[in-house]
Amino acid sequence: MFLNQFLFLSAVLFCIGVYGVLTRKNGVLVLMSIELILNAVNINMVAFGAFNADLGGQVFALFIIAVAAAEVGVGLAIVLLIYRNRRSIDITEADLMKG
Amino acid sequence: MSGTFVTLVAAEIERPSIDWHAIAPELILLGGGALVTVIDLIWLERVRKLIPTLTSLVFLVALIPVITLWADGSGLPRGLWIIDENVPATGVWEGAFVVDNYSLVLKGLFLLSAYVIVLLSTNYMSEGDYYDSEYYQLIAASVLGMLVMSSSRDLISIFVALELVSIPAYLMAAWRKRDLKSNEAGLKYMLMGVFASAILLYGMSLLYGIAGSTLLSDIAAAIDIGESRPVITLGIVFTIIGFGFKVSAVPFHTWAPDTYEGAPTPLTAFLAVASKAAGFVALINVVIVALPTQANVVEPFIWVLAAITMTVGNLIALRQTNLVRMLAYSGVAQAGYMLAPLAVYDGISDRATSAVVTYLVIYAAMNLGAFAVVIIAARKTRSAELSSYGGMFNYAPGLTLAMTIFLFSLAGIPPVGGWWAKFEVFRVLTEGNRTSGIALAVIAAVNSVIAAFYYLNIAKQMWFLPSPDGDNSRIAIPPALLAAVGLTVAATIVSGVLPGVVSDMTDFVNVAAGQ
Repeated sequence: MFLNQFLFLSAVLFCIGVYGVLTRKNGVLVLMSIELILNAVNINMVAFGAFNADLGGQVFALFIIAVAAAEVGVGLAIVLLIYRNRRSIDITEADLMKG
Repeated sequence: MSGTFVTLVAAEIERPSIDWHAIAPELILLGGGALVTVIDLIWLERVRKLIPTLTSLVFLVALIPVITLWADGSGLPRGLWIIDENVPATGVWEGAFVVDNYSLVLKGLFLLSAYVIVLLSTNYMSEGDYYDSEYYQLIAASVLGMLVMSSSRDLISIFVALELVSIPAYLMAAWRKRDLKSNEAGLKYMLMGVFASAILLYGMSLLYGIAGSTLLSDIAAAIDIGESRPVITLGIVFTIIGFGFKVSAVPFHTWAPDTYEGAPTPLTAFLAVASKAAGFVALINVVIVALPTQANVVEPFIWVLAAITMTVGNLIALRQTNLVRMLAYSGVAQAGYMLAPLAVYDGISDRATSAVVTYLVIYAAMNLGAFAVVIIAARKTRSAELSSYGGMFNYAPGLTLAMTIFLFSLAGIPPVGGWWAKFEVFRVLTEGNRTSGIALAVIAAVNSVIAAFYYLNIAKQMWFLPSPDGDNSRIAIPPALLAAVGLTVAATIVSGVLPGVVSDMTDFVNVAAGQ
């Protein structure tokens, strides 16, 4: 069982995801980057679960998949709302309030 | 635990009976919320006016089992199952849901705050051109998440509860569909919130990996050796960062002011009080139950967070001209005071917990009250700018007095509630004469002085300055808002004059871990 390989993959995905969230201007791409982080978490969960011979990790991963779907559903609805009002999903343009 | 699973499948499962009384608050809220939704779907416009009343009734009915469980007292802490000595309990989720004094106080707090929020929302939502009934259904869903959160002693249920609290709040923040500011509030809150959950989950996955179990008490047992391994530290830091977003601790607070300003004001009150309290509850559960032996990692991290949160929050609040934004930054600063006891929890975790919960209870009363006054004043002035509060004493003396009470309480001036909350925090910080605790107490004291300046500036505006447009016509205060102000004023004064009332409730033995 090569746990470290899974953890390495997950760490790389996590870093790509965080980088994407911090640098992307497109609302949908930010949501996709967050999905990358969540998938990194899922890989961790399943790998640790298999390593520790515990089902909890897989159950947790299932919960994460379900809740992430709800999060993205709401997230895309809000991005769509912004698009309808502004004709743009560039999140750096959302700067009406400052200070 | 997969071994347990195999035996479960092979042997005949003997399910222990469910402790219905223990989960009655959640079930009532779930059933009541669903009922309100169905009633709305069937009768549509004809019952629209009744939905707020029905929702607030659901909150009050859900409060009944909380009170009976508290009064009963016997058998606390209770779990989801009635454990029979003769039947071996082998449920996988055993111990994930715990009802003890701590969670009952918080459930009471969440239900009462939700009741006040509905009072605040009724006129605001029905007078604006918004979707009424869905708003109340989403509030019920969010409050259900908070109730589950206060009983969660397991990573999975904490995560699901946290999302149940947050996802409806993302929608409600963007509720004013055609208002660009509200859109922006929802977008910022949603992106930061989802990002925070993702970071939190990564931390949780590392903690799970070390312990091999999602149960908080198992995690505590697995890292009991007291050694600090890098992976444990990484897991703890990511987890606390995730909660830091939810409680708007600096530097993870950036969403809070914009979301508070742009969202509908009653929802802002909901976020500032109930949603923030839920974040703190999750933080307490994880820190106190799962990480009692990791104080050397948790304490310095939370110490730094608390110190910069209160300082930055107060300094930025000083130069705000919009009252809602000012309350947002003041809420950030208050979150710093609430974090402080967790920076010295080693060995006195029960005292630290009761200090935080005392603060949450009193903060809920005074902050909801301040938002109630803001909502009432905005009915006349259509603005939350600080200057628009000038001359309020001339046309609304009662309201001015109420707001002054809330502001004194927020500033921590006796005899109104806030001083007791701060006193408890200082008492925990100075206990044991630890340098770190005393240093943090000094920082908090300096911050209280800074905060008093801008709180009293609002009071000065209301009492002494003339109204900007010379319009001194009276404000008509609808009964729901009047009730909200009355309730919060009473709670703020009682908690300050008779602090025993609050401290009797928040004086827990400890947070029960579940078996």
